[in-house]
Amino acid sequence: MIKTSAKSTPALLTARKLSCERDERLLFNNLSFDLYSGELLQLEGPNGAGKTSLLRLLAGLLPLHQGELLWRGEKIGSCREDFYQSMLFIGHLAGIKTELTPLENLHWFAALEGINDEALLEQALWQVGLAGYEDHPCYQLSAGQKRRVALARLTFTQRSVWLLDEPFTALDKSAVAAIESLLVKHSQADGAVILTSHHALEALPGLKKLPLGEVS
Amino acid sequence: MSQASKEKSAAFCRLTPAIMNSPSLAGVFVAAVKREWQLQVRRKGDLINPLVFFALVVVLFPLGVSPTAEILAPVAPGVLWVAALLAVLMSLDALFRPDLQDGSLEQLLVCGYPVAPLSLAKVLVHWLLSCVPLVLLAPLLGIMLYLPWQAQGVLMLSLLLGSLALSLVGAIGAALTTGIGKSGVLMTLLVLPFYMPVLIFGTGAMQAAVSGHSALAYLALLAALALVALALSPWAIAAALRIAVSGE
Repeated sequence: MIKTSAKSTPALLTARKLSCERDERLLFNNLSFDLYSGELLQLEGPNGAGKTSLLRLLAGLLPLHQGELLWRGEKIGSCREDFYQSMLFIGHLAGIKTELTPLENLHWFAALEGINDEALLEQALWQVGLAGYEDHPCYQLSAGQKRRVALARLTFTQRSVWLLDEPFTALDKSAVAAIESLLVKHSQADGAVILTSHHALEALPGLKKLPLGEVS
Repeated sequence: MSQASKEKSAAFCRLTPAIMNSPSLAGVFVAAVKREWQLQVRRKGDLINPLVFFALVVVLFPLGVSPTAEILAPVAPGVLWVAALLAVLMSLDALFRPDLQDGSLEQLLVCGYPVAPLSLAKVLVHWLLSCVPLVLLAPLLGIMLYLPWQAQGVLMLSLLLGSLALSLVGAIGAALTTGIGKSGVLMTLLVLPFYMPVLIFGTGAMQAAVSGHSALAYLALLAALALVALALSPWAIAAALRIAVSGE
């Protein structure tokens, strides 16, 4: 794979010869890639190709049976805490509690990063177009609005590697564009993003693609 | 502001927090307790169900057996304890399932902090909101069963200590069975053997108090069980949750 970043700095995240098997079916085998800061890596492949499994594997939600993962050149086992505190994972289910209000949901996610700043969180909700919904319980929100609550985390997080599973689901066009620009800003600020999406993201600078689902 | 809000979706800005403490486990633990408290207080049905169950069993018992003091007083400690134990067990079944269904459990596992203390926060809040009300209700039901006055204090204290142990141990079972749909019976089978010592020491304390002896030894044993559960169960819960999420 062509490396555009300076080779002297180790990649943020390196995957070596990963394979993943679900229910006796080989999803991918010998998968290797590097993720450098400033990169957006889009996982591509048809449904069932293992995109979500790969993200969950990277996030440590699935056990790694084969291959290894390196975080800044070190094996993940030896720097687990540092890695997890630098990583933000948003899955299909974003962990939004419907009994809580958007603001209360964000409070928890902010607390994980040591942020205790009500005004900032209100501003984050305003950013994602949920001004006026701060105090409504999330079960009153639409699917797209709940997605926006989850993605509001992206506006204030200080974590450097984002793993996003279908972040654009249920979002309207303008929100998709806004999230895309946020991803670009993040990568340009020395962050990195791995995402699965069926949207065409070609226009984004720094985009790399990783095709899955071609196991021979 | 109004003009800007029309264009709000054009691009989301990166926000920089003005106040940033380096996050500590203690701070995250407090945030977890606060979030759980808000959540569980809003699920009123889940809070009331065990109380209603506890009260119903104790109210129906005299109707089925006999309302006379000669019969009720000797069995009161056992009836109260068994009813409370089953109420605690019932309340634990759905402890982690909503978290699995909405992705909160995934977020807990990837949050970068040890899972054990954060899952302990959940169990402790559950204990405070579900079991402590049981303890407060128990003396009233004790009166209905002709429980002697001198045993009321021991009833509350033994239930307080015992329910903590029951919650912590039961949470391991709840975590283990989170991934497999409706699992009430399986969880019960898994957990009940570990409930036996708590039940034996709990009713033992009551019998001692009723017959005028000191219940201190039994209460000390209950406290020991609660402390052992407090020290060990969070790690078992964390491991069980990891298995539930990985789906293997």
